[in-house]
Amino acid sequence: MAARRRLVSALLVFLCASSVFSGAESQEATLTGGHRAAAVDDPPTDTERAEQAAEQPAVEERRWEATEVEEATPDEAAGEKQDTSAPGTAAPSSAPQPKDDFQEELVVRPLHSGDIYASFQFRTLWETDFSRENKVSHYRLFPKSLGQVISKFSVRELHISFTQGYWRTMQWGQPFLPSPPGAELWVWFQDSVTDVDGTWKELTNVLSGIFCASLNFIDSTNTVQPSASFKPLGIGNATDHRFLRYATLPREIVCTENLTPWKKLLPCGSKAGLAVLLKSEKLFHSSFHSQAVHIRPVCEDRQCKTTSWELRQTLNVVFDFYTSGQGKREWSLFKMFSRTLTEACPLASSSKIYIDVTDNPQGEQFELSPATALLSQAVVLGDRRTFSVYDLTQQITFGSVRSLNLLIRWKTTEGDMLRPLLHAERYVAGYGLQTGEIHTLMYNNHPYRSFPVLLLDSVPWYLRLYIHTLTVTSKGKDNKPSYIHYQPSKDRLRPHLLEMLVQLPPNSVTEVTVQFERALLKWTEYTPDPNHGFYVGSSVISSLVPSIVAMDTNGTLKRPLFSSFFPCKEESSFFVRIYTEPLLVNLPTPDFSMPYNVICLTCTVVAVGYGSLYNLLTRSFQIEEPSPGLAKRIANIIRKMRGVPPL
Amino acid sequence: MLRQRTHVTSRCGRVMDRRRSSEPRRQDRVTVDNNNMGLLSDPNRRRALLGLLTRLNAPICVVCYMAGVAWFMGLAFEPFTLRTYMSENAMGSTMVEERFPAGERALATGREFAAHKKKTGGMPVDWLVRTMQARGLEVFTQSFSRTLPFPDENKERYMVKGTNVYGILRAPRAPRTEALVLSAPCNPGDENNQAVGLLLGLAQYFRNQIFLAKDVIFLVNEHDLIGMQAWLEGYHHTNTTGMDWSPLQGRGGSIQAALSLELSSDIITSLDLVLEGLNGQLPNLDLANLFYAFCQKIGVLCTIQGKLQRNDWDSVSGYSHAVQTMMLMVMKQASGRPWGDHGLFLRYHIEAATIKGINSFRQYKTDATTIGRLLEGMYRKLNNLLERLHQSYFFYLMPSLSHFVSIGYYMPAFGLLAVILLLRALDLWVQLMTPPPRTEDGVIDIEQSSPGVLSVLTPLVISHLTGVALYMLPVRFQEMAVEHFPVSETEAVVLTAIAVYTAGLALPHNTHRLLAGEGTEQGWRVLKLVAVLYLAVLLGCTALINFSLGFILALTLVPVAAFVTPHVPKVLSAFILVILSPACTLLFSVFFFQELQEMPVSFQDGWVLYLSVISQGILDHVLYGSLVYPLIALLVYPCWLLFWNILFWK
Repeated sequence: MAARRRLVSALLVFLCASSVFSGAESQEATLTGGHRAAAVDDPPTDTERAEQAAEQPAVEERRWEATEVEEATPDEAAGEKQDTSAPGTAAPSSAPQPKDDFQEELVVRPLHSGDIYASFQFRTLWETDFSRENKVSHYRLFPKSLGQVISKFSVRELHISFTQGYWRTMQWGQPFLPSPPGAELWVWFQDSVTDVDGTWKELTNVLSGIFCASLNFIDSTNTVQPSASFKPLGIGNATDHRFLRYATLPREIVCTENLTPWKKLLPCGSKAGLAVLLKSEKLFHSSFHSQAVHIRPVCEDRQCKTTSWELRQTLNVVFDFYTSGQGKREWSLFKMFSRTLTEACPLASSSKIYIDVTDNPQGEQFELSPATALLSQAVVLGDRRTFSVYDLTQQITFGSVRSLNLLIRWKTTEGDMLRPLLHAERYVAGYGLQTGEIHTLMYNNHPYRSFPVLLLDSVPWYLRLYIHTLTVTSKGKDNKPSYIHYQPSKDRLRPHLLEMLVQLPPNSVTEVTVQFERALLKWTEYTPDPNHGFYVGSSVISSLVPSIVAMDTNGTLKRPLFSSFFPCKEESSFFVRIYTEPLLVNLPTPDFSMPYNVICLTCTVVAVGYGSLYNLLTRSFQIEEPSPGLAKRIANIIRKMRGVPPL
Repeated sequence: MLRQRTHVTSRCGRVMDRRRSSEPRRQDRVTVDNNNMGLLSDPNRRRALLGLLTRLNAPICVVCYMAGVAWFMGLAFEPFTLRTYMSENAMGSTMVEERFPAGERALATGREFAAHKKKTGGMPVDWLVRTMQARGLEVFTQSFSRTLPFPDENKERYMVKGTNVYGILRAPRAPRTEALVLSAPCNPGDENNQAVGLLLGLAQYFRNQIFLAKDVIFLVNEHDLIGMQAWLEGYHHTNTTGMDWSPLQGRGGSIQAALSLELSSDIITSLDLVLEGLNGQLPNLDLANLFYAFCQKIGVLCTIQGKLQRNDWDSVSGYSHAVQTMMLMVMKQASGRPWGDHGLFLRYHIEAATIKGINSFRQYKTDATTIGRLLEGMYRKLNNLLERLHQSYFFYLMPSLSHFVSIGYYMPAFGLLAVILLLRALDLWVQLMTPPPRTEDGVIDIEQSSPGVLSVLTPLVISHLTGVALYMLPVRFQEMAVEHFPVSETEAVVLTAIAVYTAGLALPHNTHRLLAGEGTEQGWRVLKLVAVLYLAVLLGCTALINFSLGFILALTLVPVAAFVTPHVPKVLSAFILVILSPACTLLFSVFFFQELQEMPVSFQDGWVLYLSVISQGILDHVLYGSLVYPLIALLVYPCWLLFWNILFWK
């Protein structure tokens, strides 16, 4: 019996591996495709560990079972833990117990500039309904703090990101998940919420506590309701932007105190799995750091009969090989994170590392070790990429030393700058402290196709935009936006909101300029460091960009001819959101110091002096004998008669 | 109860009484107060004071003038000045350790740059782009072109075309909101190669460091100030002077501070700090303090105005040394021109200075590594800045690098000169006002004495038209002048300017006689009153913006304004007036400046220098927007013409 089972398992492993090799994993790599709820939870018992360590065949068996379970209808964990040896016999559970699932993965992409981009994604799925009357009380993988937030504030979708640094599109290409410098928060509320602003205020304060960030500084002066730029990413067809709130804090500085609470939301914490790599002393010794939490409802199955909540925690980091590599162009997990991997998170149904080897088909750019035979293809951001895959749930990945330390050794020097299809920058023009001009440049580097972009600008009230000076020009000609949504600011209440749909001609630079006047603040409204300047958050540019795959003229050799004439729908364009740099604008600032007081005092004295001088110059003075009062006159007459000198 | 109540009422009554009784007393006091406080409200006292002022007007004016000059000369005396100190906390307390090791390699890069420069016969753009890219910078170029209004004979350029190359070192985890600039001009010939080499060396060194919080922009600009102007205008997307430049592709946010580096030899003996920028603007004093602090720390000889600091302030030679240093600063500031590439940054509220390496064959030698360490230290401290440099002074004079004179100390010197004008104006006002009350029927008197608007307005308009001609004609008429006279364009411009200036003296200023009859005694008094007040306002505003210019103009124009009347001896006065006119002031300043720099010139050379200074002044105005030339031509010169007019009043 045992022998037969081992044979079957070996066969299945082989099949599984080959299917992986032929690109079946592309769905997983795109990360947004349908998912199968796979409830694999084996809390590691000591006996099991011992078994794994001792006996290789048993490990293989586990692999097979895991794969099998993923394909079969998932069962509940209680039975699974004991009865691991009965694949196929598990019946679909009839009890409507909430099912949850956790996946983790790390994508490492050697960047064009020679830097290394590491992107962690942790996904927790939970089939439950937070908006139900009876409160959800039993939490397993899903963090309770966030679950309570969702149910208390009737959140439909929540996206929050903390970023330190600016993503360099020209050097690094597009990120998997874009985010602006500082903190960004956008939330869709359920239709049932009546007081959206009040709920938003409370929610930001609660999140501020959860993530140890200054989100409580989000108030009406930096919150906007974009009408078009931020559509729900989950299921649901909500388009009423009254239930949407969007705010950024470009000044927010992200550091370890934000990372620790973020890590605590993970089922395994930072104890096991990929999260052991998240050591703050290395993560913050990088060129770019971004961490995010996205919560949204997603479909459970193809028919979308049931929905479940998806919590996606992402962490993107770019390491600079100059500053830490000391000139040696060599990368390893240990060098990046000062840790190696020894195991997957036991609660994870899938735990994989992907290395982007697209630019390196023959290993001419860099050398990857240990080599893996598993390859996966996926279309990411309009580009067909090939990845080497390391499955951490399989013990073979860790090899004989029982630890995985991926090593990338560069062979070539860094290349030129990239020309991403869509690229944007922004700056303040002019000099002096009275007026200025915000320039937003959007580059369409596509050789022959134009595409529309949605530009969202949220400018604080103390920059008073002159909206009549708004110009949009591309290639020296006026480019009339097909849609403009402008909400003027109210002093100390709400910011300017400007949304535009602009068509970018092929191979062009489109320039959006608008002039502004710098307001003079009340003296209590200045920050403690007024001479640093005031921040204006990033503009957001959202667009469907024509895919690079469609630009591919020679075609991929693997594809048959009949499939390659018309560019297929999914690949013809892809969604890109890019953020421009935030602006630092100096406002007219009084010199809050002793000379300032002296000047104030002097001005007062001068004003008083001027007043009296003016008085002197404009009035004529005459000597006038005051006429004495009646009593005095009578007294004087009497005195005169008496011969006494008058009063 | 009742008793109490009555008591209360009686009390109230008493209170009321007291109040009533106090009222007249208070009135009395008010009148007394008026007499005491309002010194001028009392006609008797007022008359006495006015009498005193008019009687002693001339002596007071002389005393004020002397006091003003003495005060100014006292500014350089060390016990009267303040020691410099670092005001900015972010730069003061933090320690940085300088580790820049690669001075030799930087010099080698500089030599390589020189070779490529020689090969391409100009800016080796491709080589620079490649080298900067290899050092891990984001590299961009900017091309610009500019046709000068007339050929610049000092630098031998007319149609300027060039390219700026700059590389941005992106700071890790910084959101591109702040930047620092290090620039080195690419000069023709063998100059400044070491600066470019050191710049590239620093770029390479900074690339490997983790501490940067602001982007650092390494800029190599061609055609010194013109290239810098193009780059700054491109960066801030403004166009103040009509230059053609291609837009910039990469930026680093708002620039916090900038240093421009000029090094022309491998080994230097001292570093000179240049602060004076466009229109006499100065960077925040903390930038100078920072430079001085690091020179002290690393042990590099540092100078300002090319003068070392001396410790013997109590000796005559020590004092005169300090005066020389300060006077050099005053002269440079008054010229209103940028004295280094940093000068153009100041318009954009970017604190900037030029650091010049000087090789004067002294014993004390400094190598490139040390200069690199000095720059590294300065940039690390600038990198620590949380706010723009704003804590320290923006208006100051420096008699040495370790001492400064703040605005509060030097302004009284100007104030003492300016008060002369006000005193003279008061005197004239009193003279104009006193006759009418003497006669009984004032109506006829007023009609007689009021000189009519025309007689004042005519000279005002004519002199200003002359000023406009002086401003417009030289550049406009250069072609015509070149056609008709055997001179070059530049000479034509300068000589036209001088010709217009002299022609202004010969204009028929007394045209008012045709319009309003014979000039009266009252007439010139009114005109002089207007002219004196005009000069007071003009000098006051100038001194607020550019103290040195205001002070130098006040020094020469105030005596003119004070003494000129139609009754003084004509020839002698005319001679004095011409000597003290703005053009002659400039001529003397040229000689004086050469004297201060210990490079005295003969009269011939001085004259040539004078002509070139005029052409440079006009060029500075057209190219960079310096305001000195229009100020002199449109305002100061017409004002001076008014006094000339008064002298020849008939």
